Amino acid sequence: MKYISEFRCSELAEGLIHQIHRKSKTPVRFMEFCGGHTVTIFKYGIRQVLPKAIEMVSGPGCPVCVTANADLDKAIALAQIPDVIITTFGDMLKVPGSRSSLQKAKADGADVRMVYSTMDALEIAEDNPTKSVVFLGIGFETTAPTIAVSVLQAEDKGIKNYYVLSMHKLCPPIIRAILDSGEVKLDGLICPGHVSAIIGSHPWEFISQDYNIPCVVSGFEPLDILQCVDMLVTQIENSESKVEIAYKRGVRPEGNQQALKLMDEVFELCPAQWRGIGEVAATGLKLRKQYQRFDAEVAFEIEPGPACEPKGCICGEVLRGVKTPLDCQLFRKVCTPQSPVGPCMVSSEGSCSAHYLYGGDFGGQNSARSRQRGKASPRAYKTKLC
Amino acid sequence: MCLAIPALIKSIDGKEADAEIGGVTRRISLWLTPEAKVGDYVLIHTGYAINVLDKEEAEETLKLFEEIAAFDEVEG
Repeated sequence: MKYISEFRCSELAEGLIHQIHRKSKTPVRFMEFCGGHTVTIFKYGIRQVLPKAIEMVSGPGCPVCVTANADLDKAIALAQIPDVIITTFGDMLKVPGSRSSLQKAKADGADVRMVYSTMDALEIAEDNPTKSVVFLGIGFETTAPTIAVSVLQAEDKGIKNYYVLSMHKLCPPIIRAILDSGEVKLDGLICPGHVSAIIGSHPWEFISQDYNIPCVVSGFEPLDILQCVDMLVTQIENSESKVEIAYKRGVRPEGNQQALKLMDEVFELCPAQWRGIGEVAATGLKLRKQYQRFDAEVAFEIEPGPACEPKGCICGEVLRGVKTPLDCQLFRKVCTPQSPVGPCMVSSEGSCSAHYLYGGDFGGQNSARSRQRGKASPRAYKTKLC
Repeated sequence: MCLAIPALIKSIDGKEADAEIGGVTRRISLWLTPEAKVGDYVLIHTGYAINVLDKEEAEETLKLFEEIAAFDEVEG
């Protein structure tokens, strides 16, 4: 497909890999914030072709994974209210809450429907005027504007049975919280490309200015990631710390002003519960007062009971970049994609899922193969990429 | 979750458009990209175009990669 296949070219990848090897001298740890980047890095074996001096850690950028059990429990409780239709992106169905999951609730008779877009949810609301249709609003700044549009469209069309359970979260402030915790020392940040397509690159500047950490916004193809790593290494070796864009075809410094305007029209800041991190002020979005009639938490009485975490699951630490899935006693033994215990195994973008699906011989950074990655010839990359 | 893929806009009808993604045409929303025109590539996320793809920047980036690869050949 145009603008995808060109950015998977193995010959061009080799050039970038060799350039990174020539430049890299200082031992560094880079975090890829976004779960989409985690998948690309694992799927294309990028960790294994990077110089030994570069350590990669995964961050909290998977919206399904960071959704706290307390919020999941609310969604499951909503599903059990008579005449409520829950509409949701597919990844949410299998995520276990404290006592159940949406999939189990559906098996028990709840009306839970997977949709591709909020446009589908609005259609379901129009087709079912006697029912209440709740859309589970999860996602970062990439997704929040699309939910805002659905609320504005519901108002325009006079759709009175459409509601949103807003569990949206914001990326730049949670990075600040992670850096302030001091748990993980980072030398560079791979910033999320499609979040930045909306917010632009300016909101990341505090990281390079206040924490002296180089930031590069990346696209999602293997060449995008390699270019991003190359730019981070260049900054490190030149003792620079600034925000750059390696994904200029998709991201402008100022972002998408129309999307930001609509998001601001419908939502306002609120505290958010993050799995593994807890409640963080001003990292969530809730519906503004003038749109409260679309707010599922206002429209319905939800009493999900106290939230609890699965015993032995370390998804929280994995999301903070403190531990890897290989540190988890449940990984591969009890927790698998077929029978996930924690959300990082459920979501296709979860770190545990990526390790499980693409780990294998190429392994995580702790695997035997990975420990030798500095010795592997980058020339071997060609066979893996195509 | 933040997945977005490039799609070619074939026709526009108000705030909606028909866009081709890998040979398949589907209806998308242009609420977030009112500036999009027929012939533009847009990044599609959950049925919404979230940005118009900058073709010139894409070509520039690929040109840069080719230069790096050519230099690599010379360096061996």
